Amino acid sequence: CFYVIRTPERNSLFEAEYRRFALKMSGICGFQEFYRLLQTVHHIPGVEVLLGYADIQGDLLPINNDDNFYKALSSANPLLRIIIQKRDVDEPVVFATNSLQRRKKGLAGLRPAQQKSKPGLMIGLPQDFRQISSIIDVDILPETHRRVRLHKHGTHKPLGFYIRDGVSMRVTPQGVEKVPGVFISRLVRGGLAESTGLLGVNDEILEVNGIDVAGKSLDQVTDMMVANSHNLIVTVKPANQRNNVVPRASRVSAGGNSSSGSVGSAFSHDSAPSTASQSVSHHSNSNSVAEGDSDEDGDGDLIIETDSLPPYLPHRCVSNGNGSHRESPLSSSLGQRPLPQSMSLSMTTPTHNCSPTKTSSSQESMREDGNIITL
Amino acid sequence: MMKFRFRRQGNDPQREKIKQELFAFNKTVEHGFPHQPCALAFDPQLQLMAIGTKSGAIKIYGSPGVEFTGLHRDAAAVAQIHFLQGQVSLLGHFLDIHVCVCYNVCDVVSSASRVTVLLLLSSCDLLCVGTEGGGIHFLDLPRLSLRDNQSLLLDQVMQSIPEDYRCGKSLGPVESLQEHPKQPGKILIGYSRGLVVLWDLSTRNAEHMFLGKQQLESLVWERSGSSFVSSHSDGGYSVWAVASGNTYTHQPVSSSIPYGPFPCKAINKILWRTIQSGCPVVLYSGGMPRASYGDRHCVTIQQDKQHVTLDFTSRVIDFFTVHTTDPEHDYDDPKALVVLLEEELVVIDLLTTGWPSVPPPYLAPLHSSAITTSCHLDNVPAKLWDRLAAAGNNQGAQPGVRHAHGSWPICGGKNLAPPPRQQELLLTGHEDGTVRFWNVSAVAMTPLYKLSTANVFHTDCDPNDDPLDPTNDPEALQEEEWPPFRKVGCFDPYSDDPRLGIQKISLCKYSCRLVVAGTAGQVIVLGLSDEWSDHTVDVSTVDLLQDREGFTWKGHDRLEPRASPAPFPPGFQPLVLVQALPPASVTSVMLHAEWNLVAFGTSHGFGLFDYHRRTAVLARCTLHPNDSLAMEGPLSRVKSLKKSLRQSFRRIRKSRVSGKKRPIPTPTSKIQEANAALADQEEVAPVQRRIEPRSADDSLSGVVRCLCFADTYLRDGTHHGPTLWAGTNSGSVYAYALEVPGVGTGRGRPGGEGSGCVEAVLGKEIQLMHRAPVVSVCVLDGRGKPLPEPYQASLDLATAPDMTNPHSVLIASEEQLKVFSLPKVGAKTKFKLTAHEGCRVRRVAMVTVCSTAQEDYSETSLVCLTNLGDLHLFNVPALRPQVRYDCIRKEDISGIASCVFTRNGQGFYLISPSEYQRFSLSAKVITEPLCTVELERPLETHIRSLLHTNTSGNTHSSLLETHTLLAVPGGDYNRTWPRCSNHWCNMITFFGSSQDSSSRI
Repeated sequence: CFYVIRTPERNSLFEAEYRRFALKMSGICGFQEFYRLLQTVHHIPGVEVLLGYADIQGDLLPINNDDNFYKALSSANPLLRIIIQKRDVDEPVVFATNSLQRRKKGLAGLRPAQQKSKPGLMIGLPQDFRQISSIIDVDILPETHRRVRLHKHGTHKPLGFYIRDGVSMRVTPQGVEKVPGVFISRLVRGGLAESTGLLGVNDEILEVNGIDVAGKSLDQVTDMMVANSHNLIVTVKPANQRNNVVPRASRVSAGGNSSSGSVGSAFSHDSAPSTASQSVSHHSNSNSVAEGDSDEDGDGDLIIETDSLPPYLPHRCVSNGNGSHRESPLSSSLGQRPLPQSMSLSMTTPTHNCSPTKTSSSQESMREDGNIITL
Repeated sequence: MMKFRFRRQGNDPQREKIKQELFAFNKTVEHGFPHQPCALAFDPQLQLMAIGTKSGAIKIYGSPGVEFTGLHRDAAAVAQIHFLQGQVSLLGHFLDIHVCVCYNVCDVVSSASRVTVLLLLSSCDLLCVGTEGGGIHFLDLPRLSLRDNQSLLLDQVMQSIPEDYRCGKSLGPVESLQEHPKQPGKILIGYSRGLVVLWDLSTRNAEHMFLGKQQLESLVWERSGSSFVSSHSDGGYSVWAVASGNTYTHQPVSSSIPYGPFPCKAINKILWRTIQSGCPVVLYSGGMPRASYGDRHCVTIQQDKQHVTLDFTSRVIDFFTVHTTDPEHDYDDPKALVVLLEEELVVIDLLTTGWPSVPPPYLAPLHSSAITTSCHLDNVPAKLWDRLAAAGNNQGAQPGVRHAHGSWPICGGKNLAPPPRQQELLLTGHEDGTVRFWNVSAVAMTPLYKLSTANVFHTDCDPNDDPLDPTNDPEALQEEEWPPFRKVGCFDPYSDDPRLGIQKISLCKYSCRLVVAGTAGQVIVLGLSDEWSDHTVDVSTVDLLQDREGFTWKGHDRLEPRASPAPFPPGFQPLVLVQALPPASVTSVMLHAEWNLVAFGTSHGFGLFDYHRRTAVLARCTLHPNDSLAMEGPLSRVKSLKKSLRQSFRRIRKSRVSGKKRPIPTPTSKIQEANAALADQEEVAPVQRRIEPRSADDSLSGVVRCLCFADTYLRDGTHHGPTLWAGTNSGSVYAYALEVPGVGTGRGRPGGEGSGCVEAVLGKEIQLMHRAPVVSVCVLDGRGKPLPEPYQASLDLATAPDMTNPHSVLIASEEQLKVFSLPKVGAKTKFKLTAHEGCRVRRVAMVTVCSTAQEDYSETSLVCLTNLGDLHLFNVPALRPQVRYDCIRKEDISGIASCVFTRNGQGFYLISPSEYQRFSLSAKVITEPLCTVELERPLETHIRSLLHTNTSGNTHSSLLETHTLLAVPGGDYNRTWPRCSNHWCNMITFFGSSQDSSSRI
């Protein structure tokens, strides 16, 4: 089985080169070999490059070891788009949700990044990973509260925690009162919530995406979280108050970038044990502007325009002899349709049980039923 | 998000005023039969009937249209109701009250016991309370204060009975109290052991003693007062003569056990009514032979040689006769027998020979088979209405059922409601495959027509199969059967075949085409006909899986269509039967009569059928490859088995506790109950909810939730044409461009026969990112108004849609409302309901609400019922929230699921299996009872006054208000009236929570 790999090479922002080539799936055994192959294909032997690929959701993800290389290959169907970038470019590649779209939107969001000085301490190569969580709004929240943003990156992986009803103490004008509250009751092993280290059992949930949960039932809060799960921002009052973010005043440093350092260090020891799942938080634009921005992008629905639908039916479709159902010609024509020129990403996703041994006719019917996604 | 918040808060006073003129939430009337009725009363002077329920509601009915409802605050069961004769005063006897009455009596006298019977004297100033301990206490009315030292205790009675009768045993509870019909101061007291005492209240002396030996159940006076009848636990009754002179009577005049000689069940209640022209009529419940018919629910009517045993399908609660109460008149001359059953009200005409039943004009048993779906139509054209009514009348013309509403025996009050402005039709689909058409134009919901779809299929109990069925053979019926049973009533919860159940209904009121879809994937297209017809129904199957491999259907088989022609009565007659394969339950159906198309969806996909040419146009599978559950058949049972087992055990345990006859609420039992409740709470583990986003491989993701036809722009911005939209459980929307010959583009000859086939081409697919189930799809025209129904535009019944400006489509999912532009699908506006409020959309409808201030001003709004039972209204297409109302309790899942909206801003939902609550969102369109009862009050200075409800909601609050007023300790009876609304001042209601009443007594 051959995979066609389309490889736009990015030497710089303005100097781009696109290559498309076929690759035998079994021919490549590992990342290193693939890396060398790319260097050969692009005639850039010896140049340090970063590899990235676009996953189903349109996220730019890195390829830097065997694991994520195989992951990338498995997600190629049939096209895999790989982005190659020189490692010493000033602007680091940001792997994040909808990173491709955001880049496309303009460089406004990236401009400050070019001005910033090199960070003094690098825990890892941030550009090799994608962000899964962040602490935000540190400057406006009370010390005892923590606002956590979870990035799901469109995966079907659960957010990985459970909530329950409970009783919370609140200071009111009448004195201390017991009020019903919602608490995290359990973290799923290896789940997103646990891997961030930012949420813990018995943390009280105060807000979901800016909406106060007071007076809402457990089911309501559950539904709110699920509805916001693509970009969930929960404000919690951690049960363990020792790991709170120290106000910035104590660690003054210049530039908007500094909050990342403090935030990162504040929880890095928490998340260290779970790095096996290649998830380490790193700083990206953790300001509220970007948050609102991505909120708008976050639920962009997929619209499939069937190009096969004639603008205004030029022909009368001949019906079958027995007058039975007429399936749309979508599938057949889509197979032949050349990929659109202007688009950023295009792929067809056959159903999972599609095996190469199937006859061409069954393959076609399968493709017909599968999700055809065009962004 | 922030932008949005600010926008919402902008409170324009002008807009607020308009909103007030448009929207108002009222729960208006309750249609149907009260759930769990447990008490019945009738006022012969006012001709009003009252029904009390276990949930504490009291409903009063008079002539059709005269209805009052009161709900007790504490939802305690009503045990007995008594009318204070002629005064529209109602004595509601709640279990709660009688607990507190007893406790108070306990304080005075030391014999603690429960109330068994109440007697209200005709003078209306004294209430006699019979207790389980055998004592009788007297309470002054209307203050319900105990007459001190006047209680009649067992000891007093025991002293005067002969020694040989005493034999050391107690007389038992008081079973019956009856006032002497001619001599007001005398009451007849029946004790359980059989002793009956005629007691003179003024002299406080036992005038006469009847030493019965058989355990007593009930007593009734003969009209003249010269004799009375007692009924007994052995199934017999005795007639006793009341002769002045001797103090003791040992033997009754006559005694009989009608269904003997084998052991019989008790006769619970007996009535003895005299007739001028002949023998008295005896009416009694129970008394059936224990072994053979002990489980039947029967009321017997006997007059001389005539004998009918009315055989009911549910328990007899109580019954009364409507008869002359004029003291000048020497005979009862009963007109009708009214029997309240657990599930319906049956009225028997006693004047007509053969004692036929009279269909009630209200209290329709909606649930004669369980309701599975409903559908509302407003502005029904007279043509359809008359034909339906004619077909319905035809059905009613059965032997044994007299169809004349004019002679309805309960005729109190006057209906003041104006005739309805338009005819409204509510269609209910039932489990047994019937569709019932109800007239809901006015307060009284009346049956119009009933359609059965079972005869399209070949079922096990097909009457045509075995002509030797004895029930079909008139000769066999003639054969002497004992007892002479007659099936009465229409409550029949048993379904022949669960697959016959109706799931979805769609009716075109202009072309009289009806589509009914059911549990086994059957979609039946019906047409209205006024004649009997014998024809075979065309059958087509549509395979929705389209040879997809790897799936096997493990559910029920499809229904087998009847092979031979069947006779179809006038009314809706089936034309085509389409069966979806696999035969999963139909989850949505939509009819477009103008294009002759019907679209249907199941959990596997959807299909489009041209019923004019009898061809399938389209079949599309919506299954996700990972969805294995959908193939298992109707919802896997394995998952919930454990839970349901646990629940059923709990239910059994609970019923064991509550099922006891007359549980005695002692303090210890109360403590036990509280402990049990606590234990129940502890038993439940702390509730946890997993935060797990929806994924594509959720079970049943392929369920087609909604279908929609629209003439709109799908291909490009200049040419519009027929389209079909389908939304699924996993947030996918499919839009098909249809090519319907002769429609739209002027291509093909309009109405031309055989000009080609309908074709469907997939135009768009929308996958909502949040993957929530799509609840509704609606296309809006250039002005943002929903497109008119089929035929409305072409028949000039509605303003033509704006086709010049770009259209848009409103897609409502469980979590969000979103408007997309057409033909290029781009998001225009949205409202994230779940993300903001944490609730999920259950039902969505477009309603047009008229203003109360300006006659011609109306607005189209999107009304949205959530899983929390609240209603949100949004304007369209901007989707700005307008108002929010709490409507249904969030625990009432079946109520939320059954909700149906009308186009003019009203709605219905089930408050019990048998009752619809009607509500209104519109400030203008309100259907509510508007009626008066004229009455005279002997206690006051004979003022003629009105009992009146004018605004909805008042019906409830007024009743409670009066109650509250009466409960004020020491509050003067006369002084309290001005605080009530004028119209209610004559209603005395003794509803009482325990605290209130105890403070009074």
